[in-house]
Amino acid sequence: MLVEGIKSRPVYTGLSIQPRARRHIFALEGEGAHALLDRKPALDDTALSRSEILYVARGSQGKGNDEALRALGTDMFFAAPTIATLLFRLRGTLTTAHMGTRLYIAGTEGFIGQAMMVALDHGMDHASIVTEHRGSLARRVQCVHCKGVTEDVTHSPFSCGHCGLPLLVRDHYSRRLGAFQGVNIDAEEPGSAPDPEELFL
Amino acid sequence: MSGGTEIPVRVTRVTPVAHRIKRFRFERSDGRPMPYFSGGAHVIVSMNDNGHVRRNAYSLMSAPYDCSAYEISVLHVEDSRGGSSFMHEKVREGDEMRVSHPVNLFQPDWRGRKHLLIAGGIGITPFIAMMEQFSREGACFEMHYAIRTRDRGAYCEDLIARYGPQRVKIYCDAENDRIPVARLLDSQPLGTHLYVCGPAGMIDGVLTTGLEAGWPEQNLHSERFLSSQPGKPFSIELTRSGRTVHVGHHESMLEAIEAAGIDAPFLCRGGACGQCETMVALCDGKLLHNDVYLTEEEKASGRKVMLCVSRFEGKALHLDL
Repeated sequence: MLVEGIKSRPVYTGLSIQPRARRHIFALEGEGAHALLDRKPALDDTALSRSEILYVARGSQGKGNDEALRALGTDMFFAAPTIATLLFRLRGTLTTAHMGTRLYIAGTEGFIGQAMMVALDHGMDHASIVTEHRGSLARRVQCVHCKGVTEDVTHSPFSCGHCGLPLLVRDHYSRRLGAFQGVNIDAEEPGSAPDPEELFL
Repeated sequence: MSGGTEIPVRVTRVTPVAHRIKRFRFERSDGRPMPYFSGGAHVIVSMNDNGHVRRNAYSLMSAPYDCSAYEISVLHVEDSRGGSSFMHEKVREGDEMRVSHPVNLFQPDWRGRKHLLIAGGIGITPFIAMMEQFSREGACFEMHYAIRTRDRGAYCEDLIARYGPQRVKIYCDAENDRIPVARLLDSQPLGTHLYVCGPAGMIDGVLTTGLEAGWPEQNLHSERFLSSQPGKPFSIELTRSGRTVHVGHHESMLEAIEAAGIDAPFLCRGGACGQCETMVALCDGKLLHNDVYLTEEEKASGRKVMLCVSRFEGKALHLDL
């Protein structure tokens, strides 16, 4: 049911450490912590002294990722209670940042999309931001009808959390909104929506 | 014609600007307005030198929103293949010429928060139109302009007077004053884009310094126009039109093909845009790739060639044209 080959579908190429960066900012969510922990060999003392980690545990609460990240010994470590607090802190960091600063984002797609929006807002080019998808495949979806955004969507079709229409989750992605597009699936014949499939666990 | 329809123009003013640099003002012969363009754009000027047509790319330096005329500045290069000599020695006020529609291969990234412009010598011209547009849009920019000597530096005083010494810095080589590129790149706010135009060595140096300073390649922009280099004459066979064309010592393949009356695609004529990319049907010899468009792999594969600046040495070259 998912239309294949949509160009706007983001590609996450993996958290490669940029050796010439003057400052590294890692925005990590949940299992995204492992994207950085797995790269520990690439982090020498210079890189660590130039690094700042912003972490939010979410689904990985209690798994000890925060302690493992703190133990890396980066210049700064901040554990945020929610995504909103992490993004607020990220905004502050980017406001005073200089060129030569590279941003790395790892976690679920919804988190990557939201952190990416903050970065774009600071004039960063999306292609220069290093990303890695970790954890759940759940999507952040915008209803194209009521414009409401529903987080952590695992099924398609699903009921819009705002207007209630059954929405087909497309691969069509908006960088500006950091969300996939959800389109009403039974507009011609209300009530004819197929059963939801668990596509994004 | 492949470069798009040409605009008939009259040369309404020729102004000496600096040592070996002249400014030309073109107004439409039919009195209609020129098309608007965007800062960084260039046109191809067609020069009819007693029946021999030369075409050179020149950056537009007039204000992008001023459609009363186009202005370009031409440096009379020492080893001119004829284009800049023709502009300097033959073109007079009142002459009729033809220019292409504007093409922009050096577009500023308008998402940028700040624009850092670095010019060397005549490389200042695209930035003059760009700064006009930045200034009108209220965009933040800074110009660092390197010149060899004071008498060769075009528009230094004008630019300082227009934008202020805090935004336009001049560095004179003869006074041992160089652009401190590394220091400059260390202190730019996030979201800055860099643009460089000037001699090839300067462009390479600035781009390398940028990457070393940790800048992403997406924020580093450059424009270099190459001119076709002279070389040994050779012949090419055009498989589709069934013609054989001889390329002379001072000619480019594109010029020879055009002179033979065959329509070949082109835009920048300087090895940068990719428009004149042509498939090679057979190559018994060596392709001399002089462009900056094809990747190293493509160059090595020998399957494609850019007609505007590249040459050939060997027995036979067949092109799909």
